[in-house]
Amino acid sequence: MVQLLSVDGDFSVPKEHAAYGELIRDLREADFLKFYRDMARIRRFDNEATALQRQGQMGLWVPAIGQEAAQIGSGYGVGPNDHIFPSYREHGVAITHGVDLMSIVKMYRGVNHGGWNPHETRFHLYAIVLGTQALHATGYAMGLNFEGRVGTGDLENDLAVIAYFGDGATAEGDISEALLFAATTKAPQVFFCQNNQWAISSPVGTQTTVPIYKRGEGFGVPGIRVDGNDVLACFAVTKKHMDDARGGLGPALIEALTYRIGAHTTSDDPSKYRDAAEVAYWEARDPIVRFEKFLRKQGIGQDFFDEVAIAGDVIASEVREATFALTEPPLENMFDHVYSEPHPLVEEQKAWLQKYESELGGHTPTTDDGVNYGGTR
Amino acid sequence: MSNSVELSIAKAINAGLAKSMRDNEKVLVFGEDVARLGGVFRVTEGLLDEFGEKRIFNSPIAESGIVGTAIGLAMRGFRPVAEIQFDGFIYPAFNQIVSQLAKLTNRSEGFMQMPVVIRVPYGGGIGAVEHHSESPEAYFAHTAGLRVVSPSNPNDAYWMIQQAIESRDPVLFFEPKRRYWQKGQVNLDEAPQPLHSATTLRSGNDVTLVTYGPMVVTALQAAEVAAAEGINLEVIDIRSISPIDFNHIVESVKRTGRLIVAHEAGTFVSVSSEIAAKIAELCFYFLEAPVLRVGGFDVPYPAAKLEELYLPDADRIMEAVDRVLAY
Repeated sequence: MVQLLSVDGDFSVPKEHAAYGELIRDLREADFLKFYRDMARIRRFDNEATALQRQGQMGLWVPAIGQEAAQIGSGYGVGPNDHIFPSYREHGVAITHGVDLMSIVKMYRGVNHGGWNPHETRFHLYAIVLGTQALHATGYAMGLNFEGRVGTGDLENDLAVIAYFGDGATAEGDISEALLFAATTKAPQVFFCQNNQWAISSPVGTQTTVPIYKRGEGFGVPGIRVDGNDVLACFAVTKKHMDDARGGLGPALIEALTYRIGAHTTSDDPSKYRDAAEVAYWEARDPIVRFEKFLRKQGIGQDFFDEVAIAGDVIASEVREATFALTEPPLENMFDHVYSEPHPLVEEQKAWLQKYESELGGHTPTTDDGVNYGGTR
Repeated sequence: MSNSVELSIAKAINAGLAKSMRDNEKVLVFGEDVARLGGVFRVTEGLLDEFGEKRIFNSPIAESGIVGTAIGLAMRGFRPVAEIQFDGFIYPAFNQIVSQLAKLTNRSEGFMQMPVVIRVPYGGGIGAVEHHSESPEAYFAHTAGLRVVSPSNPNDAYWMIQQAIESRDPVLFFEPKRRYWQKGQVNLDEAPQPLHSATTLRSGNDVTLVTYGPMVVTALQAAEVAAAEGINLEVIDIRSISPIDFNHIVESVKRTGRLIVAHEAGTFVSVSSEIAAKIAELCFYFLEAPVLRVGGFDVPYPAAKLEELYLPDADRIMEAVDRVLAY
């Protein structure tokens, strides 16, 4: 397993991982501070989102607490023009590519099913059916090969893709098929598995009997395991294999060993299926605390951490206000993008509902309990 | 026809694919055995020589992977034409088709378009083993976000494959495999009509007979038999299963007052169910009889020695004609 930061925040590069260590030596202090800021920001956001869900402002929330290093580190290891195919918990990866967090809030609130522009963000829509996105990434990467956007050595030209998924998704056939297609076509693709140890209530042993990073070997996709709570190792390993993929060396599988500190979603109760001691063990290996120790050893002072904490509160209150300000989607949204070209049945049904609603004097959105909370159209 | 050639349906699809690939370099063809072999029905024969392995290539035998990567290629700006080797092999791809391909445009609020064509040889009548004779079109017609079409003759096959490739939406293109070798004139100059429109192949005033795909030939045979008995069937080939050109059917039923819908698939929750329901609603005061349906049975597609009993033929259609006229 590649680890560059000890639990106490000491940086060292084992000889066999020198290639990864080199990539850290290229980083400057500003990069380290950015990593910390984004990890802290996404955790603060995550906690706020959970609170908003508890207050009925969101249908569901999917916390990523504990996985910040895996997400921020790998996210910054992806090139600015590369394409990212996430599962549904990659809020941290999203902010490394400038995705507006309110897009994600809107989705989990139930305003839409995603709705951001993947061509613009290069961060594709959340995929809720496990593993499906890995094949989309592979197809995209095959297209890059056909276009000659791989292995030319021109950094402006060459591109790669990364697919995110969890330990649970490795059981899906689509992950195996994606590994196979990527291997046989030498697609410029990194498979990034966050093994957070739990697929809702099923421990990782339910999904696999061999370590996940070895699951690609049979397909011809080399694998590597990285400490998923070590932001520097996650950055370096992702960057190395994205660079290699972009350079035409083919796909790789990264397993980031981490832990889902929180529930699977706000509908889940992990106390029913796992020990408090196990959670405590991983809380002691918190990725943000570890990186803070590293930064303090580099001489970063309290002022910086105070500034980050204040910025987190600002973001939380901005998200809260923006959530309260969200309006209900118009009924047309249900019909308008089913097809890209006109479709008579959809148009007929839209016209019918518009007429029906207008004859009733307009639709007044209510919640499940029948109370109108003041949503407007 | 100023510039027309005689082609089989298989050759017409081949010619249509080649035309699309020549016109647009973003068109890719792939699937199991499509490259050197030209597919098990030779529909893609010769394309490898003309376009090379970056435009037409064999995929691993993994249908979900075929459709999943087609989606990714479409995201990159390609126009993939994926072949599923046989109707009964499409189910491993069902999840990618229904939960991804059909929904990505909607999920992205229109930022993503999915110009993917999935070609599927379908239907029975070739004496095949299990899983090679099915008619799964209703599964896909039921799914919002997909378009579903099926040509019945070489001219439509040539043009509809090109129109499907030009569509910005995903199209399931069902090819009537037992009619692959049926020949006809193909007008190379001009598309006969838009993709999602029905056509009347034979005019008549007594009964409207609606069908599509491999059953069109059977319907026209039935119309000949009926004519000999002094009954005039109006035969409509809907060509498009989703959306369905209901206006075309309504216009006919308003004249004949009687409708029979025929297809190979079992009739329970089928394309004919939808047509019967819709026509009952739109033509209630014009109908002289209930809408009758002629189809396969609601059983697994039978072993080859029984398929003649399963598949509707001209006699089975005539049995329905007699019943619909008895009202």
